[in-house]
Amino acid sequence: MIYADNAATTKMSKAAIEAMLPYMDEVYGNPSSLYSFGQDAKEALENARARIAACIGCDAREVTFTSGGSEADNQAIITAAHLGARKGKKHIISTAFEHHAVLHTLDKLKKEGFEVTLLDVHDTGAVTAEEVLAAVREDTCLVTIMYANNEIGTIQPIAEIGAALKDKDVIFHTDAVQAAGHLHIDVKEQNIDMLSISAHKFHGPKGIGVLYTRTGIRLETIISGGAQERGKRAGTENIPAIMGMAKALEDAVANIDANASRLSALRDRLIEGLDKIPYGELNGNNDNRLPSNVNFCFEGIEGESLLLLLDDKGICASSGSACTSGSLDPSHVLLAIGRPHEVAHGSLRLSLGEDTTEEDVDYIIEAVTDVVTYLRNMSPFWRDLTTGKREHVFAE
Amino acid sequence: MALYSEKVMDHFRNPRNVGVIEDADGIGEAGNPVCGDIMKIYLKIDNDIITDVKFETFGCGSAIASSSMATELIKGKPISEAKELTNKAVTEALDGLPAHKLHCSVLAEEAIRLALRDYFDKNNIPYDPAEYPDPGCESCCHTH
Repeated sequence: MIYADNAATTKMSKAAIEAMLPYMDEVYGNPSSLYSFGQDAKEALENARARIAACIGCDAREVTFTSGGSEADNQAIITAAHLGARKGKKHIISTAFEHHAVLHTLDKLKKEGFEVTLLDVHDTGAVTAEEVLAAVREDTCLVTIMYANNEIGTIQPIAEIGAALKDKDVIFHTDAVQAAGHLHIDVKEQNIDMLSISAHKFHGPKGIGVLYTRTGIRLETIISGGAQERGKRAGTENIPAIMGMAKALEDAVANIDANASRLSALRDRLIEGLDKIPYGELNGNNDNRLPSNVNFCFEGIEGESLLLLLDDKGICASSGSACTSGSLDPSHVLLAIGRPHEVAHGSLRLSLGEDTTEEDVDYIIEAVTDVVTYLRNMSPFWRDLTTGKREHVFAE
Repeated sequence: MALYSEKVMDHFRNPRNVGVIEDADGIGEAGNPVCGDIMKIYLKIDNDIITDVKFETFGCGSAIASSSMATELIKGKPISEAKELTNKAVTEALDGLPAHKLHCSVLAEEAIRLALRDYFDKNNIPYDPAEYPDPGCESCCHTH
């Protein structure tokens, strides 16, 4: 099997698994318990917090553990919005291609009377700091822009946006779920106020994440209950997962440059190979892209059938077609970069990982080329395109 | 756990009757590229019997499997039987489809009926238009 869906989730590293194990049946005390067995767990928890803080350039007190990226996004956005509302500021800036954890939270806030500006991400799949700044109003309380897009991998100018907003009375949040462990993050240097992380995107366990919140921003509690996480997130801490996450993040950050250079070479080889398929096009600019991400649209075919046939050839990938999204419309990300519906249905995302080899890439190129050709040969839509009955969207 | 029944996967992996009939007696096409699926059915009809049928499909796994199964169900059958083919029959023959994929079987039913209508029109055979309506977009339940 060739696993090329690392943007969906990753294999846990052995080191991360080993880091978790002692906290299941040895140091299994509750960190809230006062006896020393519980306090041992508390010590491990605080140690992990400090190590994670060091990975992103913040203070340990600024790290809150959550159940993952979605919860971190929810809490960050709701916190910033409600803090703004108290000052009469009810305008939020984001982009059209954020993760649904962000977009659906913004929808909820709209019902509370907030106004949301979704910036255009252009066909490149990126905003500029100037565009963000130009959208800021007197009543803007929050700018939330993802670090790197989960479908097309395009990286946003986070440091520039942070610098542009530095002197504004605006909270800057970034969903860094795809970026953490893969791209350099330094929240102080990049002037980031809040940042969301999910461990399973960098070989850590599922169901655990981090919300970094700059000192001075008072987090709103979403999960009420006990006084864990300084009262900002109730529930007994998932210590094994937290230990696994800390180890996975440290390892990822230590190897960030080596991994990035190896992966981007594989990514470019894959893009070059898939680019030879006629009437297909890379989604999003390749100048500023996650080292692992490749995303193409192919005319005349539908993504789900492509995925099923690739699965038969042992390749795990994903698509933004309506049939795979579980909704009736194709991916909002592909629509946001201007792909028409009929093209967006024929999308394929391949996200490489540390295990991917050059042979894997060559096999994927061959398999995708074969499957696209096969499906086109039975597609009446493709027939119409080749006979000129319908017009191509892409150049050959 | 698999997404689809074994029957669906079999018809998806080894679709029956794929292709084109160059001198088809009736051609029907349902769906559109914006919704992400199009089914095209070609019929060869002799003496009111469907002697040959081919299909081309742009769409997901269940769309391809539904087309394949539908062609199998009408091949060699009289028109009177073919026009009665329902999406329910296609779905049952496939051992079921996930709820959000049922429209794929509707497309198959529609494409066949359109192909039959095309045959009637070409040969000046009278038919009840109510039995062969223009398919709306309700099968793909879209807003666009």
